[in-house]
Amino acid sequence: MALIHEPDAPAASAGESMEAFFNGLWNQNPVFVQVLGMCPTLAVTNSVRNALAMGLATTFVLVCSNTLISMVRKLVQKQVRIATYILIIATFVTIVDYLIKAISIPVYKALGAFIALIVVNCIILGRAEAYASKNSVGKSMLDGLGMGVGFAFALTCLGSVREILGAGSFLGIPLFGPNFQPWVLFLLPPGGFLTLATWLLIFSAWKARSKRKTEVLEEIAA
Amino acid sequence: MNHASLSSIFLDSLLINNFVLSVFLGICPFIGVSGKFATAWRMGISVIFVITVSSILAYASNLLLVTLHAEYLRIITFIVIIASTVQLLEMFIKKTSPLLFRALGIYLPLITTNCAVLGVALFQTAREYSFAQSVVFAVGASAGFALALVIMSVIRERLELSDIPDMARGTALVLMLAGILSMAFMGFAGMGGGA
Repeated sequence: MALIHEPDAPAASAGESMEAFFNGLWNQNPVFVQVLGMCPTLAVTNSVRNALAMGLATTFVLVCSNTLISMVRKLVQKQVRIATYILIIATFVTIVDYLIKAISIPVYKALGAFIALIVVNCIILGRAEAYASKNSVGKSMLDGLGMGVGFAFALTCLGSVREILGAGSFLGIPLFGPNFQPWVLFLLPPGGFLTLATWLLIFSAWKARSKRKTEVLEEIAA
Repeated sequence: MNHASLSSIFLDSLLINNFVLSVFLGICPFIGVSGKFATAWRMGISVIFVITVSSILAYASNLLLVTLHAEYLRIITFIVIIASTVQLLEMFIKKTSPLLFRALGIYLPLITTNCAVLGVALFQTAREYSFAQSVVFAVGASAGFALALVIMSVIRERLELSDIPDMARGTALVLMLAGILSMAFMGFAGMGGGA
């Protein structure tokens, strides 16, 4: 697990803050690059709506817990820090659990136990330990937002493929005519594994290609 | 109250709704420690330990929370129980069997972040299992996790020497294998008898 360890930087310029945001969105995307938080990624992405709801819920918890942990980072003793982080995260997850129940019962039923399981999503504890415990409140908040949006983006990528192939619809709107034969396997568990494997393959192929490109460009320049 | 029989709960959690391959719980350790058979079975045994003990404790604490009308504390209570169970087990095993402790090594503390543990505690509460049903469910689900982990480690050891394209090495390959295994486990779906 490639968690990045930034040094403790007291002040943040606007450029650095934007970097903290885009870092999570693309360069250190929690799902495609760091391969963290696999369980919700696979479990709730059988439709775009569920994927978006899960992404939003996780973003909320990430932003709130990163902010609070960054605020109390100087008060917490080193030995009890992990326990403190988990308690803070669990508190926000409880809030999200009740929020979703209040907003939409169908979404609450579709996500089921996976809302409560946000507590053990390793992205959140990972960001708390690797970033929020060492950086200022503003930067930690942006880092949480970037990671959360990156996570939601990855979930939507998976959810779209699985819903389009498995149900022939996008956000519940049918895309193909009545003759479309849905590929149900993609809504079932194996489809989750195979779709994520394909996305990871595409990402690593793309990365290998851009690496070769820079190598060739350097050779030409030399 | 849930009226499912004990044997159907066991089969359901072990094979039909295998925690790793069809409920998607505990994927991180499944990808992380399935590289070698020797580590995989040790991790499997530690998880069976932790899940069974924490399931019993979670059952007791849930009874307490319900009588106190403090259900909103459920998530926090469960996570604290799991973290302390792991710590206690670590101390207990260190004291009683240093050999086993050395074999399990770093796998014990890692289990705190295994979502299968919290998953068992949450599912047994949501499905309103009785005490006996909870224990059987915990043993079945954790044995299912161990089973999937061991199968995957054996496949990966075999693939070690085969010629795989560079970009498919690592997580992508494991996920593809998991997809195929998961399809195979779908074959158990008819076994439950309406569990």
